[in-house]
Amino acid sequence: MTLLLSLLLVFAGALAAPWMVRAGRGWLRNLLLVVPLGAFLLLLGGLPAVAAGGAVSLQLPWFPSLGVTLDLRMDGLSAVMGLLVTGIGALIVLYSFGYLGKHPQYGRFASFLLAFMGAMLGLVLADNLILLFIFWELTSITSYLLIGFLHEDPQSRKKALQALLVTGLGAVVMLAGFILLGEVAGTYRISELLGEGALLTASPLYPAILLLILAGAFTKSGQVPFHFWLPNAMVAPTPVSAYLHSATMVKAGVFLLARLHPALGGTEMWTGYLVVFGGLTLLTAVVLGLFQTDLKGILAYTTLGVLGLLTMLLGVGTELALKSMIVFLIGHALYKAALFMTAGAVDHETGTRELTHLRGLRFAMPLTATAALLAALSKSGFPPFFGFIGKEAVYEAAGNLGGLGWGVLAVAVGGNMLMMALALKAGIAPFWGRPSGQTPKPPHEGPFSLWFGPLLLGSIGLLLGLVPGLVGPTLVAPAVSAMTGAPSEVYVKLWHGFNLPLLLSLLTLAGGLVLFRLRHHFWRVAPRVRYFLRARGAEATYDLLFASTVALAEWQTRTLQSGRLYSYVRIVLLFTVVLVGGAILSTSLRLAPPPLPGPIEALPAGIVLTMIVGAVLAAVTDNRITALLGLGTVGFGMALLFTYYGAPDLAITQLLVETLTVVLFMFVIYRLPHLRHPSRVLIRLRDAGLAALFGLCMSYLALEAITLNLDTPISERLAAMSYPLAKGKNVVNVILVDFRALDTLGEITVLVAAALGVAALVTGGLRRRRRKRAE
Amino acid sequence: MSGLLLLLPLLLPLAGTIVLLAGSLSVGFQRVGAVVCSGLTLVASLVLLVAVDRAGILVVQLGSWEAPFGISLVADRLSAVMVAFSALLGAAVAVFSLGEISRRRIQRFFYPLYLLLLFGVNGAFLTGDLFNLYVWFEVMLIASFVLTALGGARAELEGGLKYVILNLFSSALFLSAAGILYGVLGTLNLADLAVRLEASPDPGWLQAASLLILVAFGLKAAVFPLFFWLPASYHTPPSTVSAIFAGLLTKVGVYALIRVYTLVFEPLFPQAQGLLLAIAVLTMITGVLGAAAHFEMRRILSFHIVSQIGYMVLGLAFFTPLALAAAIFYIIHNMVAKTNLLLISGIVIRLQGTADLARVGGLYRSAPWLAVLFFLPAFSLAGIPPLSGFWAKLGVVRAGLEGGWWFAVAAALVVGILTLYSMTKIWAEAFWKPRPEGALPLMAGGVGRLGWMVVPVATLSVCTVALGVFGEFLFAFSERAADQLLSPQEYISTVLAGRGKE
Repeated sequence: MTLLLSLLLVFAGALAAPWMVRAGRGWLRNLLLVVPLGAFLLLLGGLPAVAAGGAVSLQLPWFPSLGVTLDLRMDGLSAVMGLLVTGIGALIVLYSFGYLGKHPQYGRFASFLLAFMGAMLGLVLADNLILLFIFWELTSITSYLLIGFLHEDPQSRKKALQALLVTGLGAVVMLAGFILLGEVAGTYRISELLGEGALLTASPLYPAILLLILAGAFTKSGQVPFHFWLPNAMVAPTPVSAYLHSATMVKAGVFLLARLHPALGGTEMWTGYLVVFGGLTLLTAVVLGLFQTDLKGILAYTTLGVLGLLTMLLGVGTELALKSMIVFLIGHALYKAALFMTAGAVDHETGTRELTHLRGLRFAMPLTATAALLAALSKSGFPPFFGFIGKEAVYEAAGNLGGLGWGVLAVAVGGNMLMMALALKAGIAPFWGRPSGQTPKPPHEGPFSLWFGPLLLGSIGLLLGLVPGLVGPTLVAPAVSAMTGAPSEVYVKLWHGFNLPLLLSLLTLAGGLVLFRLRHHFWRVAPRVRYFLRARGAEATYDLLFASTVALAEWQTRTLQSGRLYSYVRIVLLFTVVLVGGAILSTSLRLAPPPLPGPIEALPAGIVLTMIVGAVLAAVTDNRITALLGLGTVGFGMALLFTYYGAPDLAITQLLVETLTVVLFMFVIYRLPHLRHPSRVLIRLRDAGLAALFGLCMSYLALEAITLNLDTPISERLAAMSYPLAKGKNVVNVILVDFRALDTLGEITVLVAAALGVAALVTGGLRRRRRKRAE
Repeated sequence: MSGLLLLLPLLLPLAGTIVLLAGSLSVGFQRVGAVVCSGLTLVASLVLLVAVDRAGILVVQLGSWEAPFGISLVADRLSAVMVAFSALLGAAVAVFSLGEISRRRIQRFFYPLYLLLLFGVNGAFLTGDLFNLYVWFEVMLIASFVLTALGGARAELEGGLKYVILNLFSSALFLSAAGILYGVLGTLNLADLAVRLEASPDPGWLQAASLLILVAFGLKAAVFPLFFWLPASYHTPPSTVSAIFAGLLTKVGVYALIRVYTLVFEPLFPQAQGLLLAIAVLTMITGVLGAAAHFEMRRILSFHIVSQIGYMVLGLAFFTPLALAAAIFYIIHNMVAKTNLLLISGIVIRLQGTADLARVGGLYRSAPWLAVLFFLPAFSLAGIPPLSGFWAKLGVVRAGLEGGWWFAVAAALVVGILTLYSMTKIWAEAFWKPRPEGALPLMAGGVGRLGWMVVPVATLSVCTVALGVFGEFLFAFSERAADQLLSPQEYISTVLAGRGKE
């Protein structure tokens, strides 16, 4: 129940936010902080049960027809993520007061931010695959609204759309994977699925399921080659970058893989894909990060790097690897959110994020500088910070692997060195050295809301490093057992003794420092690297795909929806001929064609021949009156045929209609321009062929209708019932006014509607003419 | 009593038409009359829906001529739910029209024609007779044609002409097919046709005739490659008119396809399945590409109608209970969301003078409530959870995966993303973007002058959310409706109940 309550609290906060912000700029707005804090405390209340090896869960029905429930469940893994989402979320809300509080659309911003928080919380707590997907999509949509928050800037709109499309495409592919997973396992309930690992990995659908789900996870967590959207998402206001695109949402993909590890993990395919793509992402991201000079850009690339590392560790999948993944994930969330917030504070108080202009801010912004220092040291992996423990754990896990491990280890050490250099760039460089004096605004310390959050997070990084027992048994061990599917006895400690991991840590620190010293060399070539990426990188591919889709769309629409009625009619005719003609051919291959009706009589044959002549004449003539007369011949011939076959009332109707049509047309024809045949002979021949084929099809069907009577027609009974029951001698009349009176009623209303239309258009015309005369 | 229930959705609009034509042409009288009449129709339809769901299929043999000699009106779950939601849209759009339809148009018999259109649509949903269905198609066609052309402007007449000519072609095919079926099987009653076709030695004879019907209904439903009339005509009339068209006309075509393929042509379905799948997939794709190519709100939305018809036909083509249920759910969801979006385009035109995305903007700032009202149906259409479109899409996709139709499912998913793209295009251009230079002057009086136009839009947006959050009700109903369709014995025996007694 606490889980549902925490979710409801957050979503209620999202709904109420616009009013709370508008109603009283002050205290009512600050009350918004209660929302994430309350949710945090509610989750914390469930922690003892989780730490004891259990789980908090709740099952509610929602959409049974499609197997979707509102089942929520908090085990170790969701507890880690849930606490990060709400805890960091609270600090972000506080931060946003200072950062955006004066923005006229702050109410909407707070609403979207809380809606995102609810979606993310739901995502990590969901115990139903489809429910998880629903929250997943909600995080994408809220992310779209938040990235595009500065909506009057075209770049914001473009990048928001890019993030939405990339993650959205991955998500729908993943949905297919979820459904297949549910099919194979027979349930969408995640906690049940996790026990079906053997069944799932043995299924012939396993490769498809895994690839489809990886598409979702990789797009969301920015793995190569989908990494480009994440740095672009930095057009969002900083609280958004810190929260969504670093600490929480982008981890959803990693979280999903961790969540499904017991069900889908442990195969060669799993390890292969995750290690390769994770490693590639790590290296690509940190190398690209070296060439960044924008504070947020650097942080975005290191985030990508960490996501790659986490994916790689999940791919390795041993207990130690999973432990290191969780430790690293927690550590990263703490320091990266802090660094983003300090970057935002710098941007807010100096007016720039360009590293080449930023130096020596520690004098003007001592508190922010302290926070950044703490976070950067943790991120670099200096002891005794929590980041150090994370890095040690990674090296320990990789060192225990043998063959594959050496590759992972090499990638991890290299990646960490570069990440450390980037951490120093983002957390140290702006604050140390001599002030540059080149900032657009004279730098000064931000308000409480801007420095409190990062300082707190930085301090927690230090505290957890010193007392890792705070999270070891309560969070890390339960999370690891959630990922392995078995109780876990992992320990988290600062000091492991003199061993390989320590050696590697020292190596990393040394390498990172060297790279940091060399940063200006990278910046010098940065414009060229960026130019190359724009032309050749993954984003260029996305742009190309995007542009060619739009081009294809425009070409197709021009071709199909040409605006010419003639072309529409031709396509429709052609389609009919292909379908019906094809069916006729295939039936006649199988069944004997319907027999021809009896001997041909002379008189009707003559009438039909005359009609044919009339039709051909109408088609080939250049004179409108000749064409009209040709058509008239067809119509009158039809009336004659009706007479001959004993349907005088039909014949009379036909005569009347035909006469009227011819007369009316005569009136109109004088107002029309001369008939010309602009089309070439070939086109006319093609059209004639099409028309002839269509005529053939219809004739065949008519023949079939006349000769093939599979059942007694109801007309015989109608004729028999007409006089005794309906008191009418003329069956046709009785059909019209009694048996099928509703048809007649319908046709009368058709005439009424037509008459109304004529009246409306004609009276409209009259009025216009009168007006003209008045002028 | 139950007979009256079935007849009311027909009698009320007809009576309304007569009263409006016979009564005064005063604008106030016409407006009040139309709203009251469509409101009453809505109430009657809802009662019918509940009755049919509880008590089973309702049949009225008109003139007490036992089937198959007279005309049977039949309401099963599918018919009833179609009538109910049509009536909802009919009432909502009637209220909207109070703010949009000009005095001049009203004096040109706008409202009688509007009610005639509802009359025709309800007739099409309720009839159990093939030729009678043709008559209802004619009523719809002529009423809708006059409604498009009523303004008399050149663009309206041109769009209307394309609309009417292509649709008349469909009517001609339908009529021929009805004639052929009568010639071969000797009856027009749908239930009787089903019985006779089932009993016939080789239904293969009627493959060609059934395809003729497929083309005729497919054109009404605006599937590929028969949809040209729709994008040619939907953006020209007032938004009131395009909104009601968007909600009802194509859906009647899809309904008719579902009806004939589950009831009459069931024995012929296996041969048609591949064709229906291909049509569905190509309809989804060409439609959504058309939307991606355009830059005017109503043209984008028109092409989306086409695209989403593809999903509905896909549900029919999969032909499993889940797929049909999803198709029904999809139709309902789409009727509500699509009508609403076209109404919103009407509000945009009213506020900013045009729906051309290059010349509008700034609505996110100036009309945040409209942004919310747009966001809900737009993202529902794009299949974003937990709005109604998500369940519709999920149902279709799941049915496809269960049947192993990988390719169709892939197409459906990618089309979903392209739909999302075109919805964000409208969102980004009309709402997020600042008002561009050279935009038309804003409406005098601003948002306050919209009056009645907002009420139905808000109502339908709430409906979209409700169909999402509480969609289980409708989906479970759709499943019951699909069961009824897939075991047509109940339909047949109810309609032909009197035949044994003679």
